[in-house]
Amino acid sequence: MPEEQVDKQVVHASHLNLFYGNNQALFNINLSFEKNHVTALIGPSGCGKSTFLRCLNRMNDLIEGVKIEGNIKIHNEDIYHPQTDIVQLRKNVGMVFQRPNPFPMTIYDNIAYGPRIHGLKDHKKLDEIVESSLQKAALWNEVKDRLHTPAKGLSGGQQQRLVIGRVLAVEPEIILMDEPTSALDPISTASVEELLQELKKSYTVIIVTHNMQQAARSSDFTAFFLNGEVVEYGKTSRLFTTPKEKRTEDYITGRFG
Amino acid sequence: MNTKAKDRIATGVFYAMAMIIVAVLFGLLFYILFHGLQRIDLQFITSSPEFMKAGGGVGPQLFNSLYLLVLTMLITLPLGLGGGIYLAEYAPKNKVTDVIRLSIEVLSSLPSIVVGLFGLMLFVNTMGWGYSILSGAFALTVFNLPLMVRVVEESLSSVPREQKEASFALGITHWATIRKVLLPVALPGILTGAILAAGRIFGEAAALLFTAGMSSPNLNFANWNLLDPASPLNPFRPAETLAVHIWKINSEGLIPDVREVADGASALLVITVLVFNIAARWFGKWLYRRLTAS
Repeated sequence: MPEEQVDKQVVHASHLNLFYGNNQALFNINLSFEKNHVTALIGPSGCGKSTFLRCLNRMNDLIEGVKIEGNIKIHNEDIYHPQTDIVQLRKNVGMVFQRPNPFPMTIYDNIAYGPRIHGLKDHKKLDEIVESSLQKAALWNEVKDRLHTPAKGLSGGQQQRLVIGRVLAVEPEIILMDEPTSALDPISTASVEELLQELKKSYTVIIVTHNMQQAARSSDFTAFFLNGEVVEYGKTSRLFTTPKEKRTEDYITGRFG
Repeated sequence: MNTKAKDRIATGVFYAMAMIIVAVLFGLLFYILFHGLQRIDLQFITSSPEFMKAGGGVGPQLFNSLYLLVLTMLITLPLGLGGGIYLAEYAPKNKVTDVIRLSIEVLSSLPSIVVGLFGLMLFVNTMGWGYSILSGAFALTVFNLPLMVRVVEESLSSVPREQKEASFALGITHWATIRKVLLPVALPGILTGAILAAGRIFGEAAALLFTAGMSSPNLNFANWNLLDPASPLNPFRPAETLAVHIWKINSEGLIPDVREVADGASALLVITVLVFNIAARWFGKWLYRRLTAS
């Protein structure tokens, strides 16, 4: 696919500035994300990539003193508009965190948690959702015989896939992942990366990673963040082979960061 | 002296302190039970006290203690949960919240006799409830609420942030997140607070002297009419609790066996608290398992 070809873009951030109190953490971010692709956000620690990710489902609202300028549009709707339904937004934009964080419930209840609270009572339907979500998260075969055991009994990699299944159960369109494999061993990491390739067929995935091999392996597009700015954004295959910016080249060749 | 020797001495000192605590507890328990157990039998637990002659029991007092516990917790738990949830989850970080926290701290350090006199003024006289279980329950609520609020707030605040974020990120509302994730995880801490509060209800005397009163009418345990003065369930009747009874007969008892009755009542009170404690912990564990699948 040539660089210029633009698929359907679902998420647009434009002129986005973010402040923690008086400290500006993001500077004039302009990024658009392609539907049904994996986009990686890379950059050294503290560059603002996670902060930016958390703008997309308004998780930064939970932190006191955060101020945001500019706008983010999903399907042309400004998610920072005062009338935005945050609950609906977060259903549509799911999130997977750095450390696996299953709820202290059974495997089944973890998956059924979202749909149940969103009003689904039918046991048959719940069973179906649990099975299909776990299938999609590539965990079904490993846990189908112990759905009603505590989720904490799973390994780290399994827990992370369970959490992905929990997100899928509320039927999002976009999935944000904040360094989802940084707490996992190499084998579990591989299983999550494999899953990414499956997921992008049905979802739009935006993943923050500090692991450049991971970005190169599993993403279609990459944005390189540095000091709260986007230095370069383009197709992963191009950005990692012929970066346009000197700073990008320095980072991906390991000269800093 | 080298560090290894110092370490051994420190270990020994801490060991000794732990032993002292255990020894004090068991010494007290043994003393109370040794003196009191011989008096405790079914007749003692079920019959009413005598005023002039020997052989009376503490049945109504035991019932009053338990009933007061239930009534007080019915008022304290919702208020404590509400206040704790507000402070942990909704209160903004500003001056008003600081004032609320300070008020709670001051309230928790009020002497119980002052709380009792305040109860006499507000609940007994102004509200016109007289010396009654209800007045006592409200006085004890004033007494226990700060503890309950603090415990709920602390238990909720110590739930890992990741759990809360995970729920929010699924598009779950704040309130549903509190109900389904935060409260179940915080349950053991909240329960410990509730047990502490309950223990204070059993043991409190000063705050009850002027609120729940120092007498108990003749009760008919077959009478379930809430408004009948002879009904044990009537919240508007005076209700002397076990702790108050122990204090009263020790200071002004006319019965010849005052010593044995006081010993028996003390032992009974201690046993009640222990049984309640163990039962509450067992129930809490069961509930926690059910709610969190662990």
